[in-house]
Amino acid sequence: MSAPLLDIRGLRISTEPARNKAQLDILKGVDLTVHRGEVVGLIGESGAGKSTLGLAAMGYARRGLVLSGGEIYLEGQELRSAGDEGLRHLRGRKTSYVAQSAAAAFNPAHKLMQQVLEVTRIHHDLSNSDVRSKAIDLFDRMKLPDPEHFGDRYPHEVSGGQLQRAMTAMALIGEPDLIVFDEPTTALDVTTQIDVLAIIKAVIRDLKTAAIYITHDIAVVAQISDRIKVLRHGEEVEEQPTHDLLNNPTQSYTRELLKARSRQQHVPSKNHLEPILSVRDVTAGYGNATILHDISVNLRQGSNLAIVGESGSGKSTLARLIMGLLQPSQGSVAFKGETLSPGLAGRSADQRRNLQMVYQLPDVAMNPRQTISEIIGRAAQVFRSLSRSAARSRAAELLDLVDLSPELIDRYPGQLSGGQKQRVCIARALAADPELIICDEVTSALDPLVADGILDLLMRLQEQLGVSYIFITHDMGMVRAIADDVVVMQHGRISEQGRKEAVFSPPFADYTHLLISSTPEISEGWLERAISERKMAAGGQ
Amino acid sequence: MGGASVTTLVLKRLVSGLVTLFLVSLMVFVGTEILPGDVAEAILGQQATPDAVQALRDKLDLDRPAIERYGLWLWDFAHGDLGQSLASGREVSDLIAGRLGNTLFLALTAAIIAIPVSVGLGLLAALYEDKLADKSITISTLIFVSTPDFLIGYLLLLWGAVTLGWFPALSRISDSMSFIEQLHAIALPCLTLALVVSAHTMRLTRAAILSVMNQPYIEMAELKGATRQRIILYHAFPNALAPVLNIVMLTLAYLIVGVVVVEAVFNYSGMGRLMIDAVSKRDMPLVQACGLIFASVYVALNLTADILSLLANPRRRRPK
Repeated sequence: MSAPLLDIRGLRISTEPARNKAQLDILKGVDLTVHRGEVVGLIGESGAGKSTLGLAAMGYARRGLVLSGGEIYLEGQELRSAGDEGLRHLRGRKTSYVAQSAAAAFNPAHKLMQQVLEVTRIHHDLSNSDVRSKAIDLFDRMKLPDPEHFGDRYPHEVSGGQLQRAMTAMALIGEPDLIVFDEPTTALDVTTQIDVLAIIKAVIRDLKTAAIYITHDIAVVAQISDRIKVLRHGEEVEEQPTHDLLNNPTQSYTRELLKARSRQQHVPSKNHLEPILSVRDVTAGYGNATILHDISVNLRQGSNLAIVGESGSGKSTLARLIMGLLQPSQGSVAFKGETLSPGLAGRSADQRRNLQMVYQLPDVAMNPRQTISEIIGRAAQVFRSLSRSAARSRAAELLDLVDLSPELIDRYPGQLSGGQKQRVCIARALAADPELIICDEVTSALDPLVADGILDLLMRLQEQLGVSYIFITHDMGMVRAIADDVVVMQHGRISEQGRKEAVFSPPFADYTHLLISSTPEISEGWLERAISERKMAAGGQ
Repeated sequence: MGGASVTTLVLKRLVSGLVTLFLVSLMVFVGTEILPGDVAEAILGQQATPDAVQALRDKLDLDRPAIERYGLWLWDFAHGDLGQSLASGREVSDLIAGRLGNTLFLALTAAIIAIPVSVGLGLLAALYEDKLADKSITISTLIFVSTPDFLIGYLLLLWGAVTLGWFPALSRISDSMSFIEQLHAIALPCLTLALVVSAHTMRLTRAAILSVMNQPYIEMAELKGATRQRIILYHAFPNALAPVLNIVMLTLAYLIVGVVVVEAVFNYSGMGRLMIDAVSKRDMPLVQACGLIFASVYVALNLTADILSLLANPRRRRPK
């Protein structure tokens, strides 16, 4: 076999040495090789060091980090000793980068074409008279609308999926030998993700570019990589060709990752339950824009209702409306048979106590200057009229209930991990003894294994306390695992609703089928099957 | 939905600017009303007879209710009639015209030197963040901002006019002087002002640029192989323009409005000294006119800053 394009040996990356602070190792001696034309997947939970490793392939370390040991060879040239100027000449020409959030990675002040062509302006040897037509050709390959004029727009004028494709075009313009894709589809809706994924895969195959593909989603990386390396805590767990890793993982951590995606299906045994919450013929919006059109939804007591849809479908608006944070222009919400006042101020203390909410981003949902005891205890004081000391002991009980150590009670949110923070938010909701909790994308900011733990906790709490849940989510896998009833929303309307078994079995409603078929599955060739199925469906119409 | 168009935003800003001016006119008027002492007595001196005082009061309409006088004053002012000076009896507009010209001449000359230099130094400091160049720029501007302006003025006077004798100690200018002679005359106050205002502008430019340096698009530019110079100028600076434009306009406003001390040090006849003199003589029409002109300068410059930063932002210029 020829010499690899990229050969990283024993790479260590640490935090910058500083007074009063021990140097922390982010990567603890990792090897990585990539051959020409090969796609290597890097997978692991947040903090595993996968982005750090990907950037190191370009000789780059983020602010506050230093490449502290090992070697990085790109085409035989060692990057750690290449110097700033040497690296600058490689970047954009030999290597390029596709970032997670295209909206943030494009400069808002310049037009797309200027940014796509910037590499050729920086490296003059790449510049020639037809770079512009080359960019237009790449836009065309990326299936961007009106490729001739696409580049005349500013980043804020195109959609997230289009920006992500434009960024891939930007990475390809200098014909680099190696592209680092850092979670390029994570911020996209599932139906957009599958398109972008298919296009990225086709283009890197056509141009025979080598790539490092970083993601936390094993189902995504299975579609695109030849080999997969699993990282955890800055160390390699295992590395195998994709087929072998999926079928014969040697490490238990890899097995857990594979299992997280195919979790036990929740068996609903809940028939003939009374509705606890009914949304009746609701229309609502902000200002003159109507977001929700004629929505009617029922939640049965002690069961799980999943409201699914893509961003912009109105699912979070519906949650705000149920909570009384947004007033409907028509229709009403009833809780246990009583019509709720449309605004929060008109609701009784008991009604407010009974409806609680847990948010997507626990960081934003908690006051960073309050201790866990205050965060949970405050809810107990307000809703259960407990004294300060009683509220504190209640907070300790609740921590125990959500499987957190009571020792955390005097910590601040910033000292906890993402999963722990979300558990604190759940404990805060429980402090009110609610009968209904609305969970707004509660797992989507978490790593798969941590998310699994949160769902297990919620299900256990349901058995213990009989609480009912509304899950706002875009994740069909999660819906399949835990929902009793499903409402599918699109453009502010309900496109389908019913029992989960009915929604998830043929014949499928068109949009529901699109959502289900776009959800990545851990099997080789899923992407091709899903795309060809979609083409056949489109041809048949 | 989408953002409102630039025209609507500009119109909104214009209206709020006019409202601000109206409120300022009210405050200027009330302010001059509550100044202690009687205007007529102040003008005629303590030996004046009660009859003479009363006659002057009648002539100046001082016995009419304040609200009425305010209405008349504002009406005339809006029509360009600034009234007559109580102290000298001359038209206020004549008194102000020459002084305002002098003030603008000094302010704009100082701005033309100070603003490009300080924005440039800010860019330079950001370019060499935490290196020697950055630290020396930061420290030297810090010295100038923390030294009182009259002290800087006297030190420059000592050095430029006394020791070296290159520049005149009294910055008198007149129409008979050529442009170059005028520039030579105001060299020292101009330099003083430039030193005083550079520090803010430089430090804010530096901070505005560094605050966008942790954006992902900066990392992307680095990964394209862009030089630090290109990153600062092409990627960071356009996104830091709004705060920089604001501080530039505030600096300009300060140069026009806040230069009383420097005018005094160099005996320069500008608006600031005119207003101080008017206050001490209870020359109300002149004080009010100066106050309102200063306020208009502030409002106009802030409006310009707002409109320019709107135009510099593609999201506002081309809303979806």
